[in-house]
Amino acid sequence: MIEFHVNNEPVSFSGDEDTPLLWILRDHLRLTGTKFGCGIGSCGACMVHIDGRASKACTSKASSVAGKRITTIEGLASPRGELHPVQQAWIDEDVPQCGYCQGGQIMAAVDLLNSNPEPSDEDIASKMRNICRCGTYVRIRKAIHRASTTMRKGT
Amino acid sequence: MLRRTFLVGGLTVSGGFLLGLPVRSALAGNDTASKGGEIGFFVEVKPDNTVIIGVAQPEIGQGVRTSMPMLVAEELDVEWSNVTVRQMPLGIVKTADGYTWKYGSQGAGGSTAVTDNWDFLREVGATARQMLVAVAASRWEVEPGACHTEPGEVVCNRLGTRVRYSDLAQDAAKLPVPSEKPPFKAAADYHIIGKPAGVVDIRDIVTGKARFGIDTEVPGMHYAVIQRSPYLDGAVKSFDDSEARKVPGVVDVFKIDGPGPGEPYLILASGVAVVATSTWAALQGRKVLEIDWDKGPHQNESTESFWRQAKELLSGQGQVVRDDGDLDAALAQASKVVTARYEIPFVNHAPMEPQNCFVHVEEGKATVIAPTQSPSGANRAVASVTGLPRENIEVQMTRVGGGFGRRLTNDYVAEAAMISQKIGAPVKLQWSREDDVRHDFYRPSGLHELKAGLDDAGKVTAWTQRLASAGKYYRRPNVAQEDQYKPELYIDDFPAQVIGNLRTEWFEVQSGMPRGSWRAPAHTANAFVVQSFLDEIAHASGQDPLQLRLDLYGQSRDLPYGQHGGPTYNPWRLSRLLKHVADRVDYTAERPQGRAVGIASHFTFGGYAAHAVEVEVSGVGELNIKKIVAAVDCGIAVNPLGVEAQLEGGTIDGLSTALNLEITVENGRVVQSNFHNYRIARMSQIPAALETHILPYGDKPTGMGEMGLPSIAPALTNAIYNACGVRIRKLPLRDQLKKALA
Ligand code: FES
Ligand code: FES
Repeated sequence: MIEFHVNNEPVSFSGDEDTPLLWILRDHLRLTGTKFGCGIGSCGACMVHIDGRASKACTSKASSVAGKRITTIEGLASPRGELHPVQQAWIDEDVPQCGYCQGGQIMAAVDLLNSNPEPSDEDIASKMRNICRCGTYVRIRKAIHRASTTMRKGT
Repeated sequence: MLRRTFLVGGLTVSGGFLLGLPVRSALAGNDTASKGGEIGFFVEVKPDNTVIIGVAQPEIGQGVRTSMPMLVAEELDVEWSNVTVRQMPLGIVKTADGYTWKYGSQGAGGSTAVTDNWDFLREVGATARQMLVAVAASRWEVEPGACHTEPGEVVCNRLGTRVRYSDLAQDAAKLPVPSEKPPFKAAADYHIIGKPAGVVDIRDIVTGKARFGIDTEVPGMHYAVIQRSPYLDGAVKSFDDSEARKVPGVVDVFKIDGPGPGEPYLILASGVAVVATSTWAALQGRKVLEIDWDKGPHQNESTESFWRQAKELLSGQGQVVRDDGDLDAALAQASKVVTARYEIPFVNHAPMEPQNCFVHVEEGKATVIAPTQSPSGANRAVASVTGLPRENIEVQMTRVGGGFGRRLTNDYVAEAAMISQKIGAPVKLQWSREDDVRHDFYRPSGLHELKAGLDDAGKVTAWTQRLASAGKYYRRPNVAQEDQYKPELYIDDFPAQVIGNLRTEWFEVQSGMPRGSWRAPAHTANAFVVQSFLDEIAHASGQDPLQLRLDLYGQSRDLPYGQHGGPTYNPWRLSRLLKHVADRVDYTAERPQGRAVGIASHFTFGGYAAHAVEVEVSGVGELNIKKIVAAVDCGIAVNPLGVEAQLEGGTIDGLSTALNLEITVENGRVVQSNFHNYRIARMSQIPAALETHILPYGDKPTGMGEMGLPSIAPALTNAIYNACGVRIRKLPLRDQLKKALA
């Protein structure tokens, strides 16, 4: 039995300890905002936060998350539904096309801004490694700059 | 206007006013030729004066769930912020003379949605408004002409009174649909069309609530994966599932029969299905299957053998598909002849959401929940598998994590139906990324040979394009051999009709690779070769590439265009865009050594686009893309924010593909398998300086899903040539520059 927290709720998992967190979230906890894109840690569609840092759920085995605190895209807004500034910036810049990669992109962007509150274009390009097949990179970049501004203003 | 009779009023359960579309064939003989009349819709005015507008097409990221309701809302005259959108299921209905489509054509492909529905959806909105006005006028005992609407309300200035749509809806629903076509708004009065509108589902997307096909969850559902033959047209000889069945959660393992070599595809390949209680268990079970493959008829096929075959073919005589003037004489008289060959690789669609499908086959009926671009195709696929009557197969559409043409083919739907039928339970079939990269209807690969004759003044007097390719219409029993070229060479494309002596020739390469429609199909190849070759002509004859194009595109006039995107096109609209991007990229500026710009333009399915790219190439072949300027003329832009998104996305897709992407074959197997060796561009490859411009034209929109893609690749490689003198004639670019300059 592996116990951990997802979006501040305690959860336990008693299946195969090698099961990737991705499939526990999706198939067992029905948190489907975390997406399957490649399964090899390459695309970032499955990005979640494990103890506050962006991590790929497809390559994180159940055994590795015991006792950890996990946040998924569903848990990013406040419990009262106030969006995280990064989510709001994504809306203000109208980022998504198909939308499939965007949960992972947002989780990666939040981590980037937590560690680097005022990233340059180069910082963004080197840290934002998630694939967007629809090609929303231009707007992702703008949204990160916008979120950086609002977060630093503390609004 | 006969299509008016397609509109019916009615009341909804919740007391709203519903304006819908009855079954076409119930109105046999009416307006069957009207393309616009073929779309379904509904408008529902709710008691709180908000409005629900139905969308019949699937959302694949092209923005239909935003742009289509905008057309209705504009003419209905409501505040856009009061509109919500409802996805329509497939509207299949059986009639005495076959099947009909309650909501019309529901596919997403060919950039057709906005073009086809421009008049029709506005008419839907205007008719609803007209009926609401009629009710208000009769209550107030005034002429309808004494009333007008303001968003969500009917107003009578004479009486100084106003009433909300919701207070009129019940009575409006009882009115017969007016026989007179309602007047449309003047474009100057638009408050929705032409104004930027954000993606309607954006809050659900950024909070992880948006439901894609892969998110389908039905009680009692099983999870399945298939190990498909890695060999093109291979088959399962035998398999050992003893280890697979030991994996906890695995409930069944069985063989899936694919098409025989050369047969039409219902599914792509033979394989072994593993059914389990979770996705992970199914994947684990699949991993330990032992399968002995019959390697099939293509086990010696390779990318190398493909090109060898194409080259051999080009040394002979192909099928002449266009022959204007006297090419041979014009070439003989030319004072200069330029020729070049270009190689276009196979590419994979790689939509971000791997293929998946939920199917539940039951006694006498089936339910499908699918991320598909073609819900009627999904219905047909399940009917083929199960033999069920098509009207008993319900198809629900989810949001789709990318299409790019891949999901016009419903092979994964058929597979899911086979599995559900076999196990007698609901199932969600999941493809892995490896499955998706190795099993696709790839964009056709081809070898193009171009030749042009020029007179003393540098004027192009002769032009020929000869293409040896593996066409996408093969294995289709309903397409004649002589028509196989049609999706590979669009024979009315520029420079046909501009250069009088012109011949186009096609050769069929034999290949076991499955082929299909990939975003802007043959335009991606043909824009690259034609726009590269124009630059080659310009350089060979000492002309400026921009001026050469402006001269060839000529004055504004409509030329006949018989393929999709016609009936006419006006090459001058490309000149207008080219001048714009040239200006924005500072085309004539002096630049330091190693730095240069390139341009290209192309007409795609009714829309026009141009790109200018500025690059820097170092002495050792490192490429740095400094700036991209993209411009589009899609008539009027219904949603400028959506048009810009498609232009950005198309540009980046074209760039990613030109830089990195190729599917290769060895020993009859696809070599690539996942994003580590099929390297879709990441942000670091995309310049921050990527500008988009919309140049409106006329008073009608065209689609926008594909136009932004074709001209970026040749603009890039033209820029590269100008920067370092290396002509790229083979895609993708990869490390060609480093090799050439080493
Ligand atoms: S699914 Fe995890 S990185 Fe792609
Ligand atoms: S929005 Fe479609 S993959 Fe990113």
